Amino acid sequence: MARAADRDERMGDFHDLARDQLPRLYSIARRLVGDDGEDAVQECLLKAYRGYSQLRDPDAGPAWLVSILVNCCRDSGRARARSPRPVDFEELEQFSLYRKIAYEDPFPYSDSLHLDFLAGFGPEDVRAVLMRLPELYRVPLVLVYMDGFLAKEVARMLDAPLGTVLARLHRGRKLFEKQLWDYAEENGLTREARG
Amino acid sequence: MISCHEAVDQLWEYLDNTVDEVDRAKVEEHLARCRRCCAEMEFAQELRRALANGAEVDIPRDVLNRLQQTLEELEQ
Repeated sequence: MARAADRDERMGDFHDLARDQLPRLYSIARRLVGDDGEDAVQECLLKAYRGYSQLRDPDAGPAWLVSILVNCCRDSGRARARSPRPVDFEELEQFSLYRKIAYEDPFPYSDSLHLDFLAGFGPEDVRAVLMRLPELYRVPLVLVYMDGFLAKEVARMLDAPLGTVLARLHRGRKLFEKQLWDYAEENGLTREARG
Repeated sequence: MISCHEAVDQLWEYLDNTVDEVDRAKVEEHLARCRRCCAEMEFAQELRRALANGAEVDIPRDVLNRLQQTLEELEQ
């Protein structure tokens, strides 16, 4: 009897936690896998429900749910880049968005060239650029720079060494800068101000 | 003093507080003397802001309803 009451209480705790975290989980999933975000959250809820008895520290509940969600996104292959392009890392290491903007000078009459370039990107553009990155780099970038997780927390979530996550963040930032420029060119964000 | 290339290469790690104290001091020494790299650091801060601003995705009402429905089904 007492055991059944304990179980009901724990499951009640699970539902409170999950219900409370639904908007955040969906927001993260959309940024990791785009339109497949809802499916990823559904799968996360099922896995979390089955594994909730293993969660020892209730305060760790939100991060635990995110960790399950991230792995659901990766396991299913949903996190693949929308348009994967081969990456030349040697060339990428030399790329600097700051220098590219200064060199190309898309807004010749601007006093704040670099800020004007960034001002062309709305939140949806930023998310579209992220979706172009390979999953390997997008996941740590989203979790650290959008959701405020520390690199060591991301390393635990991904079950990867901290050095690996830091290296992926480094390459991910470079890729993000490069894709920002490519996206701006493809979508007229570097041309409009010239007209 | 480290070169501009070395300083710029560590700017994000510097802003993330993931460089060690020795490298941090080297970056700061460089920034104290190099206006161009200071401007590049300000740009890196703006880039981080742009990334953070892309974070908020509202959950549509119908999606929220479906996810809550899943939770209710798990409860039964």
